[in-house]
Amino acid sequence: MRPIILFFLMGLALLAVGFAQSWAVMLVILNLCLISAVMSVGLNMQWGYAGLFNAGVMAFTAIGGIVAVLISEAPVPAGWAAGGLPILFSGFLVAAFIGAIYALRRFVSKGWIKNWGTVGLVVLAYFVIRPFFDGGVTSVEAINAASAGHLGGLGLNILVGWFVAAFVAAGVGWVIGRIALGLRADYLAIATLGIAEIVVAVSKNEEWLTRGVKNISGLKRAPVPRETNLQQAEWFQNFVSNFTGLTPADEAFKQTVIEWSSVFVKLCFTALFATVLAIVLFLAIRALNSPWGRMMRAIRDNEEAASAMGKNVVMRHREVFILGAAIMGVAGAMLTTLDGQFTPTSYQPLRFTFLIWVMVIVGGSGNNLGAVLGGFLIWFVWIEAEVAAQWFSTGIEGSLSGVLDVFIVNIGSFEIQVKDFTVWLKNATPHFRYLLMGLVLLLVLRFSPKGLIPEASAARTR
Amino acid sequence: MTDILNALVLMLNFVVIPATSYGAQLALGALGVTLVYGILRFGNFAHGDTMAFGTMFTIFFTWLFQSVGISFGFLPTALLALPFGILVTSLYVLGMDRVVYRHYRAKRSAPVILTIASVGVMFVTNSMVRFMIGTDDQRFADGERFILKARAFKEWSGLREGLKFKTTEGLTILVAAIAVIALFWFLQRTRTGKAMRAYSDNEDLALLSGINPERVVMVTWILTAALATLAGVLFGLDKSFKPFTYFQLLLPIFAAAILGGIGNPTGAIVGGFVVAFSEKFLGYVLPDTWKPEGLMQLLTVDYKFAVSFIILVAVLLIRPTGIFKGKVIKG
Repeated sequence: MRPIILFFLMGLALLAVGFAQSWAVMLVILNLCLISAVMSVGLNMQWGYAGLFNAGVMAFTAIGGIVAVLISEAPVPAGWAAGGLPILFSGFLVAAFIGAIYALRRFVSKGWIKNWGTVGLVVLAYFVIRPFFDGGVTSVEAINAASAGHLGGLGLNILVGWFVAAFVAAGVGWVIGRIALGLRADYLAIATLGIAEIVVAVSKNEEWLTRGVKNISGLKRAPVPRETNLQQAEWFQNFVSNFTGLTPADEAFKQTVIEWSSVFVKLCFTALFATVLAIVLFLAIRALNSPWGRMMRAIRDNEEAASAMGKNVVMRHREVFILGAAIMGVAGAMLTTLDGQFTPTSYQPLRFTFLIWVMVIVGGSGNNLGAVLGGFLIWFVWIEAEVAAQWFSTGIEGSLSGVLDVFIVNIGSFEIQVKDFTVWLKNATPHFRYLLMGLVLLLVLRFSPKGLIPEASAARTR
Repeated sequence: MTDILNALVLMLNFVVIPATSYGAQLALGALGVTLVYGILRFGNFAHGDTMAFGTMFTIFFTWLFQSVGISFGFLPTALLALPFGILVTSLYVLGMDRVVYRHYRAKRSAPVILTIASVGVMFVTNSMVRFMIGTDDQRFADGERFILKARAFKEWSGLREGLKFKTTEGLTILVAAIAVIALFWFLQRTRTGKAMRAYSDNEDLALLSGINPERVVMVTWILTAALATLAGVLFGLDKSFKPFTYFQLLLPIFAAAILGGIGNPTGAIVGGFVVAFSEKFLGYVLPDTWKPEGLMQLLTVDYKFAVSFIILVAVLLIRPTGIFKGKVIKG
C-alpha cells in the first residue's frame, strides 16, 4: 500500500510541474528521473543487497557514456589513416603484456619472482608501448583539431552501445572487485573513489578517444527521431493539424509543430527509458527473491555465519558488485544518449556518485521499488530546489530593495551593505541544493534509516 | 663536477623541495584521517571539505587582518589568522559530532553507517564553503615570496641551474614538523594522549579503567580540526585555495593513510611522503642530458591521481595492513 501511495504522490508532483511550469520541463525531469532510478537500482544491488560501499558510481556511468560514444559515432577516416595503426598496435601490445603477466602469475609459484616479475613486466610494457602510442596519438590529434582530431567510433546503433556499456562497466567492476573486495569495507570505498577520478581524467585528456574537453556532440540517437527531421515529416504535420485543427496556412502552425516535436521526442525517450527501467527492475526483484538473493542478504547480515555455512563471501560480493556496475554502465550510456553529447567536465562526484547514494538511502536500502522512488524523488528535488531557491532569493531581494542603500554596517573598516548581501544571495542560490541534499541524507539516516519504502524481509540489525 | 652539481640542483628544484612540502601537507591531512579512523573507527569522507572549511575561515581572518593593517612582516598574514581558523573549525566539527556522529556512536552502529553519515556532513560542509566563499580560486599568500631566488642562487654559486625555495615551502616543512612533534608529544606524554591511545587499542578496557570516552572523542575532533585546517592552509598558501581541489585531495590523503597503515600516525606521515615523492618522481624522470627542457614527463600532470591510485592498489594487493600494521593507534 505504502509504495502505491508514495508513487502516486510522486506522479502528482510531476503533474504539478507540468501544469505550473511546462510539459517540456516536466518531461526533461521525468527522463532524468528514469535514468537516476536505473543508477540507484544498480547502487542498491551493491549496497542494499550486499552492504558494499561503492564511492565510484561516477566511474561506471562515465564508462557507459564513453562506450555509447565509441559504439555510435561514425568513424573518422582521416584519424584512422593518420594514427590508427600505431594505436591499434599499442592496444595489441597492451593485451600481449597482460597475457604475459597473467601467464607469469598463473604458472610461476615462487612468490618473489611472481611479484617482481609483474613489476618488471609493467615497467617494460610502459617503455615499449609509449613510443608507438605517443606517435599515433600525436598524429591523430594533429589533424583538423576543430572538428576531427580523434578516431571516432564504430558507427553502430547507439542501443548496441547500451549493451556494450554494461559489459565494459562490468569488466572494470571485476578488476576493482578483484583488488578491493575481501579486504576492509573502507578499502573498497577508496579504491572506487580513485577509479572514478581516473576514468574522468582519461576522458578529459585522451583526445584521440573522446576529444577530451572539446566534447563529442551530435550523437546519433536512433531509434528516437530528431526534432528537426520530425518538423519536416509529413505524417507529423498531419498528426498535429488533426489534433489541433490548425492548417499549415495558419500563423501559429509552425510554432506548434516545433513545440510538439520537442515533446514528442522527449516522450520517445521516456518510453525507451521506462522500458529499460522496467526490465532492470524486473530482473533485480527476481534476483533479490531468488535463493541467490537470500544468500546475499544472509551474507550481508552476518558474514561470519554465512561463511561458516560454506558460502563463498568474496565471490558473492564480486558477483553483486559486477552486476551493479553493469547496470550503472547502462544508465550512463542512456544519459549520454539523452544529452546527445559526451561532456567529461560535467562528471562531478557530488552529482554522479554521492547524489545516487542519497537516492538509495532515502528510497530504502535493500528495496528495489524504494531505490526507484528515491531516484525519482531526489532528482526531482535536486532540480526543483534550484527553482525554489531562485524564487525565494528574488522575493527577498524584492522586499529588501526599498531599504537597500540605507542600511550599512560597520565592522572595523569593513562595510557590509544590504546590496552586497543581495549580490551574495544571488551567487549563493545555486549552492542551496547541496545543503538540502546533505540535510536530507543526514535526517533520513538518523530518523528513518530504513528509508521511505523499507526492505520487505526481517528488519536489518545495523 | 659542475654537471653533477647542476643535476643535484635540478633535482632539488623540481623534485625534492616541492615533494617535501607537498608530502608534509599530505602527511598532516593523513594524520587527521588516521586519528578519526583509529579512535572513532570510521573513514571520514568529509575530511577534504573540513580542510576547505578551515582554510576558508583562515582566509576570512586574513582578509580582516589585512583590512585593519595587521601583517606578519615577511611571513604570510595567514599564519596569524591560523589559530582563529582552527578555533572556528573545531567548534564546527564538534557541533557536527554532537548532532550527527554521537547518535551512531551511542547506538554502536557499523562503521560504514558512520562513513555514510560523513558523506552527509561532506555535502553540508561543501555547501557552507560554496555559500560563504564561492567556488573560485582564492590566493591569500602575502609577505616575502622567496627564501632563495633562482637568480640570486645562480649568481652566488656560478652554476647554470638556479635553485629557488619558496617561503611557503619552507614554512610548510617547518610548521608541519612542529605540529607533528607536538602531536606525538601529546599522544606519548600527556594523560589525555595516553587515554586516547588506550581507547584506540581497546575501547572496552579503556572504559573499564575509567577513561571518559566523550572527552577522548572531543579531543580527537579538536586535533582533527587543527590538523585539517593546518594542512588546508599550508596547501592553499603553497598553491591556491579552490574548494574542489580539496575534495580531490581525499584520494592521495587516504592512499597515504592506508599505505602507512590506517590508524597509525607514524604510518600516516611516512605514507604522505611516499605518495608525494612518487607523484613528483613519476612526473619527471631524468634523462642523460640534465637540461630542464630535457625532463621527460613520465605521466602528465592530469594523471597525478593515478599515482595515488596505483600505490593504493599495490598496497591492497601486496600488504593490505600497510607498512606499519595499522588498525590501532600507536604513538
